[in-house]
Amino acid sequence: MKKAENHNAENLLRMYRQMVRIRTFEDIANELYLSAKMPGLTHMYSGQEAVAVGICEALDKTDHITSTHRGHGHCVAKGAEFKEMFSELLGKEEGYCRGKGGSMHIADQDNGNLGANAIVGGSAGIATGAALSARRLGRDSVTVCFFGDGAMGQGLLYEVMNMAALWKLPVIYACENNLYGEYTHMSEMAAGDLKARAEAFGIEAFEVDGQDVLAVNRLAQQLVARARNHEGPFFVTLNTYRYHGHHVGDINRTYYRSKEEEAHWKENRDPITNFGAWLIAEKIAGADDLTSVRETIRQEADEAVEHALGAAYPPATDVGEHVYAD
Amino acid sequence: MREISLSQAVNEAIAEEMRRDETVFLLGEDVAEAGTPFKVLSGLVEEFGPQRILDTPISEPGFTGIAVGAAMTGLRPIVDLMFGDFIFLVMDQLCNQAAKTHYMSGGKLTVPMVLRTNLGATRRSAAQHSQSLHALVAHIPGLKVALPSSAYEAKGLLKTAVRDNNPVVIFEDKLMYQDKAPVPEEEYLIPFGQANIVREGRDVTLIGTSSMVQVAEEAADILAGQNISAEVVDPRTIVPLDEATILGSVKKTSRAVVIDEGHQSYGVTAEIASRIAEKAFYHLDAPVQRMGAMDVPIPFSPALEDLTVPTPQSVAERAGAAVRGELFHDA
Repeated sequence: MKKAENHNAENLLRMYRQMVRIRTFEDIANELYLSAKMPGLTHMYSGQEAVAVGICEALDKTDHITSTHRGHGHCVAKGAEFKEMFSELLGKEEGYCRGKGGSMHIADQDNGNLGANAIVGGSAGIATGAALSARRLGRDSVTVCFFGDGAMGQGLLYEVMNMAALWKLPVIYACENNLYGEYTHMSEMAAGDLKARAEAFGIEAFEVDGQDVLAVNRLAQQLVARARNHEGPFFVTLNTYRYHGHHVGDINRTYYRSKEEEAHWKENRDPITNFGAWLIAEKIAGADDLTSVRETIRQEADEAVEHALGAAYPPATDVGEHVYAD
Repeated sequence: MREISLSQAVNEAIAEEMRRDETVFLLGEDVAEAGTPFKVLSGLVEEFGPQRILDTPISEPGFTGIAVGAAMTGLRPIVDLMFGDFIFLVMDQLCNQAAKTHYMSGGKLTVPMVLRTNLGATRRSAAQHSQSLHALVAHIPGLKVALPSSAYEAKGLLKTAVRDNNPVVIFEDKLMYQDKAPVPEEEYLIPFGQANIVREGRDVTLIGTSSMVQVAEEAADILAGQNISAEVVDPRTIVPLDEATILGSVKKTSRAVVIDEGHQSYGVTAEIASRIAEKAFYHLDAPVQRMGAMDVPIPFSPALEDLTVPTPQSVAERAGAAVRGELFHDA
């Protein structure tokens, strides 16, 4: 692992903490599903933490992101709080969207998260439009459009990348290649080289190890700075892996990927374990410090979920509210 | 009062709103120098420049999606969708994204955008450039839908649409772009959800949308020659729909014919007729009549195309039959 220039101990520990927060949130979300306390399904981000954290740590609060159905990681990384997130997952009034969006539609406007999206690739236009706003309104903010390898099959993405390139918009297309679109390996769905598709529009494209938070963050810092400087758009493939199934109910997965493959990623490529080991080796933190970070976060998360479980559902009068804005 | 064309009225509305509010901009295919195939936007790029009259590639879902994102982050885009038929291409961005964002975010995000497009057959443009598809988007909660029936209406409704904080789809009848009507020089807005009683009458209510308002007015002229007094109501917006004015009129006349250029089945005529049946049933002296476009793809041949849409004659015939008590259907 290699640091970027502005990687001081505080920044590095915050990255560790943010990755642990995502993993902890997802562990509890999975427990909520397994104990039938959560309505519906959800899509776990576990395994991909270094992508969301490495990128969002390079962004300011006023920068925008758009997210996906597998969006809890982006949401946490962009600054969201556990209490409002768990409340949203449970359909409670205190949730970020008053319980109306749920797991697949959490939006946290105050932190620049324009929302998760349940249509694969569906937010590519929104992200590009946010970048157009920044340019038109003279803001120096950057938008990151998160999507998975599955979205590379959607035509919308190519339409908006073309326009972003024509208009030099400050947007970074972040393709999280976790190898599987639902239950199918990407090699069966994507011809050629993913990066080359962006390069065909004249967009500078990069590939990075999505399990290495420092590598992701180093690249993200460069691209964000360049995008602010009107050198965008950019495209990045982040090679990563999701530990759980497509969603929490996708338990038997051997027909599309082996248990050995899953074990390999968890044992050898885990972004939190590896970064933790590096922090210790570099004497930035001790093993005890990291244990304490994990325990504190688990305690915070437990308190938040306890609160959310006891929180009120929205009143019936809410069903007809917010269809139209005033 | 001066008379201007519907095309000029739209152009003026956009120019006025863009002068008033820096965040308003327009994007679409061939909107700048070309001013659209209908020349509706001619001159705007000269005044506002190519950043605010933004030519896009032929990528309807892409530029509509960009408009949604721009609307969520501080701009007020007007999307120019060259033909109403292309609305099928943008359905995800319009119906899954724009329409639902405010609700899904619990009211935190808003999408103040306008999608301008058109409707209307009999231009000899065949099945993919002639459809009237406003019922499709009127079905989706979160969208507002305006159907101007004249130059005056087009200007006032478009200005209101630009100032609305929701996604608004406005369908102009492409055959009416050159039709002139009195339009005041001074500024005016037409509020949404307020129907216009175009002509008062006693015997039957003709509820028409878009260019079918003209058809209804001509039908009313024919009926007047038969001593039948027809009231003509223009809902102006079908979402929100001014149910009170429609029901008030029908309760007065006891008879209703609903005329709209969308396909008749599962369409606007069905919606309005069923609301009348539900809420004014005991005031009715005849079954509510629906007249939409035939349930066929719009044919090219003039000999066939003209058969597909309601005409003043067919509307007068149907309304006259309702008044005379001649409407019988086999059970």
